[in-house]
Amino acid sequence: MKTTAPPAKTNNSVNEELQQLPAAKLSIEHVSKSFTSSQGIVRALDNVSLTIKEGEFVCFVGPSGCGKSTLLNIIAGLEKPDSGEALIDGQPIEGPGRDRMMMFQEHALFPWLDVIGNVMFALKLKPNLNNKERLEVAKYYLSLVKLDHFLHANIHELSGGMKQRVALARALAPNPRILLMDEPFAALDAMTRERLYGDIQTIWQTRRKTIVFVTHNVRESVCLGNRVVLFSPHPGRIREEFLIDLLRPRDINSVELADYSVRITSSLKGYQNASESD
Amino acid sequence: MKRLATTVLFFAALVTIWHFLCQAGVCSPYVLPDPISVWEYLADLIASGEMFSAMWVTVKRLVAGYALGLVIGIPLGMLAARFTMVHDTIGVLALGLQALPSVCWVPLACIWFGQTEAALLFVVIMGTLWSVTLSTETGMSNVSPIYTRAARTMGSGSLRTLMLVTLPASAPFVVSGMKQGWAFAWRSLMAAEIYVAVVTGFGLGQHLHFGRELQRMDQVIAIMLVIIVIGLLTDKIFFSPTERWLHRRWGTGRA
Repeated sequence: MKTTAPPAKTNNSVNEELQQLPAAKLSIEHVSKSFTSSQGIVRALDNVSLTIKEGEFVCFVGPSGCGKSTLLNIIAGLEKPDSGEALIDGQPIEGPGRDRMMMFQEHALFPWLDVIGNVMFALKLKPNLNNKERLEVAKYYLSLVKLDHFLHANIHELSGGMKQRVALARALAPNPRILLMDEPFAALDAMTRERLYGDIQTIWQTRRKTIVFVTHNVRESVCLGNRVVLFSPHPGRIREEFLIDLLRPRDINSVELADYSVRITSSLKGYQNASESD
Repeated sequence: MKRLATTVLFFAALVTIWHFLCQAGVCSPYVLPDPISVWEYLADLIASGEMFSAMWVTVKRLVAGYALGLVIGIPLGMLAARFTMVHDTIGVLALGLQALPSVCWVPLACIWFGQTEAALLFVVIMGTLWSVTLSTETGMSNVSPIYTRAARTMGSGSLRTLMLVTLPASAPFVVSGMKQGWAFAWRSLMAAEIYVAVVTGFGLGQHLHFGRELQRMDQVIAIMLVIIVIGLLTDKIFFSPTERWLHRRWGTGRA
């Protein structure tokens, strides 16, 4: 039996909780960040500025070391910029917060909790709900990612794709306004990934979040983003931006999509060759 | 079911061989008494209630010392994982003292506390504490940073992250440390009870000691059996189910 999960009409706080919040606007203003490594000082981000509109789906693309993950961590509040500022709706980011939830390449699910326990972990920090309501909210998001039959499964029993769907439900559950995704599908096989491209586009359209998606896969970025931001390394800078004007849902194998990928890839190669001949 | 039968059959065979060795007069009853006389002694002791009171005295000491060892050891391990200074001081101390068989504390405990319950308690705590501290530290420092990062992005504060993420994430290590600590505590308590006569309670170790003094090998073997059974039961009732649960949940080892 398929349980469709729109929660009971009588429960007001659950309905309130599930309401769509207005998506947030992100502003990155002259952000620089360096790390000291064994090779000396690495300039991960060098005077990067960028505006991400409310409800936009933006992909950061670039080779490793270009600072795209660092910028994501700064938006998440896990790292602080050396100079410059990151703002949400004009407010400076002070630290991590439930308005921004993050998904990692490793699913980062807690193996000592079952599937619903993992989703509940994030919801336990919501003081406006009681436990029964939290359970209802958690079930709603697990049905959104089509895992309503696996509420009490152990994490290690799930496939890689299912694990990332639990991680997605866990990230969506506190109803964040911004979703930050750090190569979340990189470790999955191609078939699973293609299904998740569909799922994430549907969820973006129904829940209207601002999404920042980091990847090194150009096709993936064209498939998902409204805009693709290309980064170049040493020092990490924004090189070029591409608006992707394609109808959704997009199929990663379509010819139109490949056109964009070719353009972005050749641009990527162009500056890589330039930097190697330096 | 078949495996249980194998186990039962094995022990039945062992007792039977023992019985026939004694019947054949291979060794004198002073050296190895017949299992029947061991059983008779055991039945008497149970009937008189002495067995129960001795077990109660011993188990009470063990549980009290073990619990205190955990209450001190787990936070100490957490601190050592968290602060380099604690690691470099208490951590090194723990490493050194863990290598010391805890029975070596008995002479010192007798001088410090006299022939009292406190001396026994001290020895049991010393047996438990260090292995629990070390394994908690190892467990906590091996927790993947991705868990704490994920918890932080969900808005979890540092205390909540410590108690609900780092601690459960290190559970496999902590539990194996608890199991080792239990084994050390049990051994050290038996040694202490054999060495130290305490008037406030007559435990299993003391029964063992007087069995030797009286050359009553049936008593000695009967008490040894009881000690074995308590150890087995603790494992089967507490540690095995906990470890099974951990393996099932984390998907480690055999299911």
